[in-house]
Amino acid sequence: MSEIDLAPLKTAIAPYLSLGRSGLLPALHAAQKLYNWLPEEVASEIAKSLRIPLADVHGVIEFYSMFYNKPVGKKIIRVCTDQACALKNADGLLSHLCAHHGIQPHQTTDDLSLTIESSPCLGICEQAPVALVDDQAETNISPDFQQYELGVPRSIVDGTLRILTINCGNGPTRLKKYGEYAGLKKAKAMGRLDVIEEVKASGLIGRGGAAFPTGIKGEGAERAIGDQKYVVCNADESEPGTFKDRVLLNDDPHRVIEGMCITAYAVGATKGYIYIRGEYPYIVPVLENALTEAREAGYLGEHFDIEIRVGAGAYICGEETALFESIEGKRGFPRVKPPFPTTHGLFGEPTVINNVETLCNLPLIILEGAQGYRNYGTEKSPGPKLFCVSGDVAKPGLYEVSFGATMRELLDLAGGVADGKKLKAVLLGGAAGAFATAEHLDIKLTFEDLRAAGLPLGSGVVMVFDETRDMRDVLKRLGHFFAHESCGKCYPCQMGTQRQMEILDRVAEGRVIDGDFVRLQDVGWTMTDASICGLGQTAASAVLSAMKLWPELFEVKS
Amino acid sequence: MTVTFMMDGKEVTAQDGQTLLDVARENGIDIPTICFHEATTANALCRICVVEVEGMRVLQPSCIVKAGANMKVQTRSEKVIRARKTILEMLASTMDLSDAPEILTMMDEYGASDERFPDAVRRESEVKDDNPMYIRDYSKCLLCWRCVQVCADDAQYTYAINFEGRGFETQIGTFFEKPIPETTCVMCGQCVGVCPTGALKPKREFLLEQGKTPAEISVMNTGRKQRKPR
Amino acid sequence: MIKPDRITTTTCPYCGVGCTLQLHVKDDFIYKVTSPFDAPVNQGNLCVKGRFGYDFVYHPKRVTTPLVRRYLLEGKPKPEGREQVYAVSVDGKPIPDSQVSNDWDWVETDWDTALNFVADNLVRIYQRDGSDAMAVYCCAKATNEDNYLLQKMYRALFRTNNVDHCTRLCHAGSVVALQQAVGSSAMSNTAGQVIMNDVFIVTGSNTSENHPIIALQMKEAVQKHGAKMIVVDPRRIDLVDMAEMWLPLKPGTNVPVFSAMAHVIVKENLVNWDFVKNRTENFDEFIESLEKFTPEYAEEISGVPAEDIRKSARMYAKAKNGAIYWGMGISQLSHGTASALALIHLAFLTGHVGRDGTGLNPLRGQNNVQGASDMGSMPFHYPGYMRVDNPENRAKWEKAWNIEEGGLSLKLGLTTTEILSNAHEGGIRALYIMGENPMMSEPNLNETRRHMTHLEFLVAQDIFINESGAFADVFLPATPFAEKDGTFSNTDRRVQRVRAAHKPRGQARPDWQIICDLALRIESRLGVSTSYWAYSNPEEILREMGSVNSDYAGITYERIDKVGLIYPVPTLDHPGTPTLFTESFPRGRGKFHPLDYVPVREEPDDEYPFILTTGRLLEHWHGGTMTRNSALNEIYPEARVEIHPADAEIHGIRNNDPVKVQSRRGEIVVRATVTEKTTVGVVFLPWHFHEAAANLLTNDALDPQAKIPEFKACAVQVFPARESDLPNPEVILDRGRY
Repeated sequence: MSEIDLAPLKTAIAPYLSLGRSGLLPALHAAQKLYNWLPEEVASEIAKSLRIPLADVHGVIEFYSMFYNKPVGKKIIRVCTDQACALKNADGLLSHLCAHHGIQPHQTTDDLSLTIESSPCLGICEQAPVALVDDQAETNISPDFQQYELGVPRSIVDGTLRILTINCGNGPTRLKKYGEYAGLKKAKAMGRLDVIEEVKASGLIGRGGAAFPTGIKGEGAERAIGDQKYVVCNADESEPGTFKDRVLLNDDPHRVIEGMCITAYAVGATKGYIYIRGEYPYIVPVLENALTEAREAGYLGEHFDIEIRVGAGAYICGEETALFESIEGKRGFPRVKPPFPTTHGLFGEPTVINNVETLCNLPLIILEGAQGYRNYGTEKSPGPKLFCVSGDVAKPGLYEVSFGATMRELLDLAGGVADGKKLKAVLLGGAAGAFATAEHLDIKLTFEDLRAAGLPLGSGVVMVFDETRDMRDVLKRLGHFFAHESCGKCYPCQMGTQRQMEILDRVAEGRVIDGDFVRLQDVGWTMTDASICGLGQTAASAVLSAMKLWPELFEVKS
Repeated sequence: MTVTFMMDGKEVTAQDGQTLLDVARENGIDIPTICFHEATTANALCRICVVEVEGMRVLQPSCIVKAGANMKVQTRSEKVIRARKTILEMLASTMDLSDAPEILTMMDEYGASDERFPDAVRRESEVKDDNPMYIRDYSKCLLCWRCVQVCADDAQYTYAINFEGRGFETQIGTFFEKPIPETTCVMCGQCVGVCPTGALKPKREFLLEQGKTPAEISVMNTGRKQRKPR
Repeated sequence: MIKPDRITTTTCPYCGVGCTLQLHVKDDFIYKVTSPFDAPVNQGNLCVKGRFGYDFVYHPKRVTTPLVRRYLLEGKPKPEGREQVYAVSVDGKPIPDSQVSNDWDWVETDWDTALNFVADNLVRIYQRDGSDAMAVYCCAKATNEDNYLLQKMYRALFRTNNVDHCTRLCHAGSVVALQQAVGSSAMSNTAGQVIMNDVFIVTGSNTSENHPIIALQMKEAVQKHGAKMIVVDPRRIDLVDMAEMWLPLKPGTNVPVFSAMAHVIVKENLVNWDFVKNRTENFDEFIESLEKFTPEYAEEISGVPAEDIRKSARMYAKAKNGAIYWGMGISQLSHGTASALALIHLAFLTGHVGRDGTGLNPLRGQNNVQGASDMGSMPFHYPGYMRVDNPENRAKWEKAWNIEEGGLSLKLGLTTTEILSNAHEGGIRALYIMGENPMMSEPNLNETRRHMTHLEFLVAQDIFINESGAFADVFLPATPFAEKDGTFSNTDRRVQRVRAAHKPRGQARPDWQIICDLALRIESRLGVSTSYWAYSNPEEILREMGSVNSDYAGITYERIDKVGLIYPVPTLDHPGTPTLFTESFPRGRGKFHPLDYVPVREEPDDEYPFILTTGRLLEHWHGGTMTRNSALNEIYPEARVEIHPADAEIHGIRNNDPVKVQSRRGEIVVRATVTEKTTVGVVFLPWHFHEAAANLLTNDALDPQAKIPEFKACAVQVFPARESDLPNPEVILDRGRY
């Protein structure tokens, strides 16, 4: 092997040296930009420069699917083969590309010019099928795969309300257009504790999927004692079928930043992070630009500043403690809770971590007041809500409604089931969610109504499957998704996702064997009851719901 | 400070800060453990020690959950038994447990079958025999993490090993899979000392198992040229 | 899975930490070592030697049959040229096999024959030349019981105090300094207390390699208990990674650096005046001597920035609990005593001694160097550090050993180095070596070799024929730790059990049994039968010693069955004494000693521009008798000289290149490790490797008080060499830890 010139690496990673271990992911990204992959010498130099044990650096590279310790192509095409794209012939796209370039998925051409991979959900479900070509999204792909667009994906936004999405749909909103951070200004006039009270009174519930009251988090972190407090924006939007945060971050970054500023002010945090998933590389410049504008306007600075961290292909890093580990430069293993982030979060310090959409609600709550905010939504689910509608509907897109709209109303907004077909199922809440059917159409999409119906709201995914769809293929993809994304820490999930995948493969291939139903159920229940984090606890959620709805799928074929 | 609470219908008292596992052991209640070890930081990852705590959505790992006043704890509820049995069955379908008698006994106790998951992919690996002190047989590794922990901040601060892959395909490994002597390993063998399944084993024990006699083993590695006194 | 026949709990035979080992035995073969996680010293942690380095017990080269030279067996006169046994001439040149007399061949024999030859010859020489012709090296690897008996045999039967062991070569400087300043000579606190420190100084100790388990506790103190560590060492040792400060001083400049710290403490009024007033004496005289030791003066001599000296002094002085841990980088100098005194002064000034989590802590090297010293294996002391020149002490031991009044010698004995340098007509004629290896451990080995050849009669009692045993007339095969019972006293002063895992291999016998058997044969030849030698077990020996030495009076095997006791244990119900000097020092007040800076005896010059400093490696043990006959040798098979990249570049040396290292006394060829672990102008060599013995180069200049040689600094030159000059050119190992 030819000697690798490490001089450019030293320059490229120089900005991260002062970060120590926390600089590892940024340094690996920078190194991979230079060398395309991470050879041993490069990993070793990074380890020495950041003073991280070699084995730990190796462990981190191995954890994230977008870091490579073997040579890959100069160009990498990642074809989304997750649920929504699968409905739009993503498998066809993948085989077309592979055939065209004469390689198999996850292979690299001999001249190291190209690698093609299948990818978990890329978060552009409303424009399926899609792919990620290096840092650009490939969308608007013609059925014969010959025509496509490369760049930043468009935003398709509609709804009965346009409050959170008021600035969405026309590309990034500059500060000049966004206007001053009026919510932040008002918050500072109110005083820290009143801001927290106002958010509590608004009844805002986190929009990331775990449905925790936002005000309580803020209160906890405000009261916690620590040398330094952090605000973290969880922009690791990886739940299959979810793309709302992509739209908010790209089209209205200042709303997110203002939400973080308000939180930081309220809890006394001086440092913030936006952790954005590695599959959204095209949003990073938008955010950088917005942060610069906010700094120039004095919203960010010594009192509070924000750093962007880019993930590298790990669904688990959407789990808040795994996300902290990732920022800290480690493998994205979820931590045991308690202690909770409000007292022992990032770097062990009090931390508020909120989802992008949640943060976007904060300026609104402060400006309108809790009472004004409660004009939207229901008593227990106040406010506006974004739904990511994808799959077999006429007009897939991001829809903003007031909490309380029914699933039927939402589907109507999206033009109903496409091609006049009948509804087979709706996957609510994403891979970690559950299946609903036509009989659930009149349930209000609120936390309380869905809970009563035994369904999750999750991250607001509404993925529609028409009557012609084979649910066994959907289940198979679910199985593969979780097996791929389990971090491997706790036994129920580490082995359970593997066993679940194996059984679902048998289901899909018509090879069900005696006892598979009970086996699948035991695995599912064990993951649900005994896993360490939300990933494992929900990894069987959709499968178990499918087993109730369509038990015949899991029967032994005689 | 002490707290009083119910465990398996019996009133028990705990010191502040004691875990449910501590309390159970003090009261003669058997809770099985796999990854837990007195000398390492508890990570609650094997989940074999889970118990049911009234009011909690999911099962709680007793090795780290602290006793609290008025808790109602079931150490052998139906859910608990199901989780333990399934975890054991998944383990048996994944790895070679032949050197882990404690786990085999546990399987008997919970009626766990090693044939529960037919056609399951197993984690298999060649024996790594790359140094004169110990061997690594990762087909026997159940990923309890203890070796990585004692190599790092739980004892040795040497950081020679970490994880490769993720999920089911996780394996313990060195920097770019280098042989042990080329790593920062100081061969203290703390990892061997905490391995519960014989995945890490002194070379001499391994050789005895392979059928070598003590006499044969004693003449190995003695061939290094040395000028010797008469 | 292998089911062990039994698991024997014992104490590690390597370093002074004293880890608990569990030997797993199958068919009289140890196949695995574990350690219980509640072990008081090591909490289940071991190092590579403790966990894997026991295989020497079964090494084919181990000697398990008594050996005598052919000339003895055939009743011939002793042949000339003892140097022939090593096939190396007195000038260090190889002697061809054809020129070596067959009379020097080893012949296997039985115990009776071997012991009779020993008794005959020792008694013959004693009766001819008297006590001054007799000398013995006790052994810091052997048990307390073994050592007690051997010094008893020499003192009681040959009436000589020419009794010493390798403590002379490791911590004699510390021992003398502590004796002068506080009147004691062991660690004041246990090593485990390091986690109670706020600030601690580690100096002259590469703890990670030489006391690996204590290093773990130091790291734990820093990582988990918020302690701050100050490393004062010419090498960038492993601990530096976790240190708050690293003071890379030039070898042999301890006195100015630590005196400058004292200077800062005094000038900035960080002195603990209560302690100084109530617990010390001679302060005023000391202060005067301190005036010149400004940090700037120290910087000029040592190369350590004055500001770092100030910072470190403040950190240590302001700590709630400060402690000092030191190794041979302090003591192995021609001013080793002064170096240790400079450290002791810091503790006196700040009062960081006499409480838990503080202390003056010389980390003792060998598993039982503390115990061997306690047992009186030293030329100036009976067991319990009772001076031999004090008639009251003499009377006590005369009574214990049933010797006529005035029978024991009041004359101070010779030290290890002196014993050999007096090996000539009219000096030492017969030497008995138990377990030690002066032909590796003495400085200036070419000189040592010459002395060895001048001995009239040499007995080696060991498990292998090592570089010193090769010179012997009779070889008595003893048992290693795994085949005997007894006790070791670790660096914490903790007396712990040693237990046999299986019966001795071949005809080997435990040392204490060999000594008793031999003593009876000597007595019968001397026509006396006064002392007691009919011990039925080692505990009886320890109890006899404890009846006079109050430190050990309360120790019984039953009491230390599970967990050792930390002496002083004056009575049978005393719980032991982890922290010394809580009320007062054994000599009353702690005494300050005015110091001067005395440079090392041989400073670098144009001809020999590098300072050579020597030390040990994690994988090896001292002369290598054990570790080089173990798989340990596989993972560190050769000596390597460490040289700084800047020096290497100037001399055109790349990593792994063969180089010749030459001093005024000798030369060796080794591979170079180019590394920033050493500092500019300093090269480092481990001294375990006989084929490239660092001690061929070292300087035999002695500390005037402690008689410890200057192992830590001499002047050398480094030249590129050829592969073919290497003793083992084929050996190259890519170790990540090099």
